[in-house]
Amino acid sequence: MALSKEQMLDLYRQMRMIREFEETVAKFFSQGQIPGFVHLYIGEEAVATGVCANLEKQDYIASTHRGHGHGIARGASLNKMMAEIFGRADGECKGKGGSMHIADVELGFLGANGIVGAGLPLATGAGFAAKYMKTNGVAICFFGDASSNRGTFHESLNMASIQKLPVVFVNENNMYGISMSQERHQNITDIADRAGSYGMPGMVVDGNDVMAVYEAAEEAVKRARAGGGPVLIECKTYRHHGHFEGDPCVYRCDEEVNTWKAKDPLPRFVNRLQEMKMATEAEINQIDIEVKKIIADAVEFAQNSPVPSLDELTSDVYCD
Amino acid sequence: MAEKTYSQAINEALEEEMRRDEKVYILGEDVGAFGGCFGVTTGLLEKFGAERVLDAPISETAIMGSAVGAAVAGLRPVPEIMFVDFVGVCLDELLNQAAKMHYMFGGKAKVPLTLRMAGGAGVGAAAQHSQSLEAFMCHIPGIKVVMPATAADAKGLLKSAIRDDNPVVFLEHKALYGASGEVPEGEYTIPLGKADIKREGKDVTILAYSMMLHKALAAAETLALEGIEAEVIDPRTLVPFDKETLYKSIEKTGRLVIVHEAVKQGGFGGEIAAMVAEECFDSLDASIKRVAAPFTPIPFASNLEAAYIPDEAKIIEAVKSFF
Repeated sequence: MALSKEQMLDLYRQMRMIREFEETVAKFFSQGQIPGFVHLYIGEEAVATGVCANLEKQDYIASTHRGHGHGIARGASLNKMMAEIFGRADGECKGKGGSMHIADVELGFLGANGIVGAGLPLATGAGFAAKYMKTNGVAICFFGDASSNRGTFHESLNMASIQKLPVVFVNENNMYGISMSQERHQNITDIADRAGSYGMPGMVVDGNDVMAVYEAAEEAVKRARAGGGPVLIECKTYRHHGHFEGDPCVYRCDEEVNTWKAKDPLPRFVNRLQEMKMATEAEINQIDIEVKKIIADAVEFAQNSPVPSLDELTSDVYCD
Repeated sequence: MAEKTYSQAINEALEEEMRRDEKVYILGEDVGAFGGCFGVTTGLLEKFGAERVLDAPISETAIMGSAVGAAVAGLRPVPEIMFVDFVGVCLDELLNQAAKMHYMFGGKAKVPLTLRMAGGAGVGAAAQHSQSLEAFMCHIPGIKVVMPATAADAKGLLKSAIRDDNPVVFLEHKALYGASGEVPEGEYTIPLGKADIKREGKDVTILAYSMMLHKALAAAETLALEGIEAEVIDPRTLVPFDKETLYKSIEKTGRLVIVHEAVKQGGFGGEIAAMVAEECFDSLDASIKRVAAPFTPIPFASNLEAAYIPDEAKIIEAVKSFF
């Protein structure tokens, strides 16, 4: 279905929001204001944005260690996400999860995950729950190229397939598992090829083209929602930053990075919007200004939030 | 009350909870028409259909992982991992997902699932199908660990486990499936974290669970003939652990023997002994004794396996060392 101008601008706004959020996190991380590890989504914004634009309230997403973009695209509170990353009491998880464990289950966001490939069976189970409870919901699993080598990938795709579950497996192929390039970690080029061995459709998409991602996800989500079973979508993309902030990236060359930066999903989509006469430069600038303000407010919210009370140390281990 | 086997009692609990709450479903290898490797789920497929009694491929990771996802999304899965020895292939889903979600998501997620697994030696199943692995599960904050010894306890505890909003590991003993006992009909629940004094006595406290409870009770009868009255306590759940019942007993007897089938080194008995030493030392008249398996994999040959499993004689010997 053709998107309206408003929907197209929403896609841009979402990608810009993720980019601004991540650049802001990078800045405060480098200043030592954010503890732990952060894995940024810069360069991959089109994937989460294009996929999540197809989702409804009852749907679920399972994310990865590189999960900020997924949470934002699912509609999680920017204030609470930023506060969580800062380790503050008003964070999504009261400061007890951090960057790698941001979640908002009520929104259907089953969490970022510190274990590579762990989201695959979780999304399979959420898809099972949707089918079992007849909610008409679907579950999306975002996962990286390297996690397609984990046993969870095999077991989850097989189980989702035999149970005909409404799950869309969205592979974000950013070409690296930490330092190991895809050509070194698997002897295939297209991860989508693996779909055939589970009897499900596999699609390869330009993951830096938000419209292409949107359209592929639209088809897969529609099929899953209609009871057609799971689909594997492979989105070819690239992370501009290292695996984590502080990664010296000795395993890749500037030429490769620059080639991919030239395919940055944001300016590409801006050009497209302008070509299609969907947006003027002024409209784009206006969105950029609004987004900057929202993220600045999120930082202010996070910085003004207290650290968690020490009582939190031993609370929430068990439900009452 | 009717006489039922441990296996029938578990089956009854599953059936009752599935009737009570349609969010409860069963997923595991051969749990459908086959009735489960030990026959525990016999008849449930006919009663509830393939949508609620799901045969899973040999994919423990997906069984447990999908159960975690479904639980967070609002269902109450009761996955079965055929042998506790296989937990290694779905350990991440237990250790890093189920156990931690409630905490690391700031209390917002619930993972109400009950993971049933069969453990224990005594059937000639050797090193990879006979272990008692409860100790490391008790070391993971966020999960509860239940180990019933009798048919009635199996029913009452399983019903409570399924209703609990936390992930519960429910460890059944494969050599107890055929053991019979009186089981209350219909609604019967036992709170998790409540020990049961299976035999009263004044001279020594024997804490034993799962199969070892029966050996401890047999030992207690033999000891009684010699004038030693042992109090036998079955904690029934290891996490949460009912310290109060144990400490009260030790205040009375002054002596403690802990019996478990798992290897002694790093076993949960060590934790209990340390708890008692830290919190109940003044009540002790003698050092704490542990009766447990040697630090070795479980052997196949019948005589070796028999030597491996703690028995009545070893329990009696430990108790007599006090007198």
